Amino acid sequence: MAYNFKEVMSKPERLAPGHRMCAGCGGTIAVRNVLRGLHDEDKAVICNATGCLEVSTFMYPYTAWEDSYIHNAFENAGATCSGVAGAYAALKKRGKIDDTYKFIAIGGDGGTYDIGFQSLSGAMERNTDMVYVCYDNGAYMNTGIQRSSATPMYADTTTTPVGSVSNGKPQNRKDLAYIIAEHNVPYVAQTTFVQNFRDLHQKAEKAIYTPGAAFLNIMAPCPRGWRYETSNIIDICKAAVETCYWPLYEVIDGKWILNYEPKQKLPIEEFLKSQGRFKHLFEKGNEHLLEECQKEVDRRWEDLLFRCSR
Amino acid sequence: MSIRERLSGNEAVSVAMRQINPDVFPAFPITPSTEIPQYFSSYVANGLVDTVFIPVESEHSSMSAAIGAEASGARSMTATSSCGLAYMWEELYVAASDRLPVALALVNRALSGPININCDHSDVMGARDAGWIQVFAENNQEAYDNFVQAYRIAEHPSVRLPIMICQDGFITSHAVENIELLEDEKVKAFVGEYDPEHYLLKKDEPMAIGPYGTPAFYMEAKRAQLEGLKNAKQVTLDVAKEFAEISGRSYGLFEEYQTADADYIMVVIGAAAGTAKDAADQLREKGIKAGVLKIRLFRPFPAEEIVAAIKHAKVIACMDRTESYNGNAGPLGAEIKAALFDAGETVKVLNYVYGLGGRDVTVDSLTSVFEDMQKVAQSGVVGETYRYLSVRE
Repeated sequence: MAYNFKEVMSKPERLAPGHRMCAGCGGTIAVRNVLRGLHDEDKAVICNATGCLEVSTFMYPYTAWEDSYIHNAFENAGATCSGVAGAYAALKKRGKIDDTYKFIAIGGDGGTYDIGFQSLSGAMERNTDMVYVCYDNGAYMNTGIQRSSATPMYADTTTTPVGSVSNGKPQNRKDLAYIIAEHNVPYVAQTTFVQNFRDLHQKAEKAIYTPGAAFLNIMAPCPRGWRYETSNIIDICKAAVETCYWPLYEVIDGKWILNYEPKQKLPIEEFLKSQGRFKHLFEKGNEHLLEECQKEVDRRWEDLLFRCSR
Repeated sequence: MSIRERLSGNEAVSVAMRQINPDVFPAFPITPSTEIPQYFSSYVANGLVDTVFIPVESEHSSMSAAIGAEASGARSMTATSSCGLAYMWEELYVAASDRLPVALALVNRALSGPININCDHSDVMGARDAGWIQVFAENNQEAYDNFVQAYRIAEHPSVRLPIMICQDGFITSHAVENIELLEDEKVKAFVGEYDPEHYLLKKDEPMAIGPYGTPAFYMEAKRAQLEGLKNAKQVTLDVAKEFAEISGRSYGLFEEYQTADADYIMVVIGAAAGTAKDAADQLREKGIKAGVLKIRLFRPFPAEEIVAAIKHAKVIACMDRTESYNGNAGPLGAEIKAALFDAGETVKVLNYVYGLGGRDVTVDSLTSVFEDMQKVAQSGVVGETYRYLSVRE
C-alpha cells in the first residue's frame, strides 16, 4: 500500500504521553515513530535495554507503554527478546495464543554498540524473528554523556573531555549497521528524522514485518549531550544526511541500497557547527581536525557508494 | 510400574526435562553440565519434545532468554555450571525479583581461578543470596526426583520464584548409577500445565515487567520476595508428600541419618553425604554414636527444623565445599551457627572447608572429622573452629 503520511500520523500513540523523557529527546521521537510501523491489529512486545528510555517510561507503578513491555538489564535486550520470541513460537505451536505479535528490542548506542553487542550479535545470527532498534545518540547519555563506540571522533564527552592536551574522543566511531549487515540478516537499515519521517516510517514497517532478524539504526540527537538548541533537531538531522555523515540506506537480503544521495554533498562543518560537543573544532588552529573529520566522512561515503553500486 | 535404569546424573535430569517438555530451553555449554543441553537437543531433533530450544551465545544470554520466555508465559529451563552461573549472576537477581519460576539444573563446579572443572560448591554458594530456591542432591536419583518436583515448588502461587536443582559435578553428573524413573505420563500429570496469572502474551492484557523501582517501592518489593521464598519451605514439604505418593520415595527439607541419638553430627551437602554415611556406619559399629544431617533445601534455610534435629549432639561439624573468604565460617557453618545461637543452643561447632576443586573426599578423611569431634568432646577444648580438611599446609 502506498505511503500515506496523514494516515501514519493519525495512528493511536503506542507510547503514551506523561513519561519523563526530556523535552525534545531524539530517543522518544525515534520510538514513537518506529511504533507507527506496527499495523493497528497487531500486538507487540517491547524489550528495552536499561537506559534513559527505560528509567523514564516505566517507573513503578506507572508505565507509558500501551503494548506489553519488558526491561531486563543493560546488555541483554537481544537475548531477552529472543526468549520472548521463543515463547511466542512455543505457545503458538501449542495452540495457547491466537493473536499476532511482533517483537521490538530497543536500546541506546551504549546498550547496543557496546555492552549489548554480544547479545545483539547472537540474536541476529540466530535470525530471531524480531527487530532490534538502536536509537543512536552517540554516547552514554543516561549516566551523563560518557563516550561509547558510537561517539564520533573529537566529540567532547565526560570521559573524553576536551582539555589542554585533548581534542575529545581520539577514535573513530564503530559502524554497527555494517557489522549487523555482515551477519547476513534479511533486513538492515539506517535512518534519522528527515523527509517528514517518511524514510523512518517505511523502514520501521519493513523491519517489523520482515520475517527473521532485522536491525534498524536511527540517529537520535540528544539535546543535553550534543549541546544544541532543542528546536534545531530537524536541522541537525538534515545536516547529518546532507553531509553524508549519516547516510540513509538499506541492506535487504545482502543487497545494499542507497536511499538518498544529496544533490550537493555539504561540508561536515554543516553538521558539526551547531553542536556544543564540537565547539573546540572551530577554534583557530584546529582546522586540521575538521579536515580529518571530512576525510573520514568522505572515505565512508565512498565505501557505501561502492557497496550500493555492486 | 517405575522404570529401572542405569544413568548418569546429567542424563537423569535430562530425562526429567524431556518428561516435563518445557516451552522454551535456552542453553550454552559448559563442563560438566554440557551433556544436559546435548541430551535435550537430541530429544528436540528426534521429536521427543516440542520445546523451542535456543542455542544462545553465552550463559548471560541463556538466563536472559529464559527470563524473557518465562515472563511471556512460557515454562522455561536451562542448565549450567561454575563460571556459567557466575556469568548469569546479574540475571539470577532479575529472575527472582521479577518472580519468574525458571528452573535451572546446576551441576556444581569450582569457580575460577585457577580454572578447574571439578566439583565444589563455590558456584552455588556465591548465588545463595540471589533469591532463588536452592535444592541439593546426593546422587542421580535425587537429582532426577528433585527436578521432577522443581516446577511444583517454584510455580506455586504463594512462591513464584526461580529454583536451582543442584548436583555435584562429575561425582554425580557423570557417574552412572542405578536409578528408578517414573513413567512419562506420571511425571506430566504430576508437574501439570503452566498457567500463570499474568504474562506478556496474555490476551487483551498487556503488561510491563522489570520497572525502575524508586526508594519508595524497592524495599517493599524485596520484602515481598522474601515472603515468597519463606513460603517455599512448606510448599517443598507438601510437594514432597505428593511425590512420595507417585514414587514411593520420601523427601524432606533435609535427611537425618542416625542423628536421633547421635553425639557427633556431621552436616553436609551433596554427594559427600553418601561418604559421610559410610563413615558414620563404620563408627557406629565401634560403638561411637555418629550421625549425618544432609541438607536438601538450602534456600530458604530451614533453621528451626535443623536446630531441632541436631541440638542434642555433643559436637557438630559443618562441612563447607567452598571458601567464603571471611576467615570465620563457610556459608553452611555460618547458617548453622546463627541458627543455634538464635535458639539459645550452645553446642560446640566445628566448620570444615573440604573437597575444593575436586579434592578427594574419602571415608577416611570424613572419619577424621568425626575423630576431631570426639577429641573436642573429650577435652572440652574446641580450638580452631574454622579448619581445612585434606590440604597440604
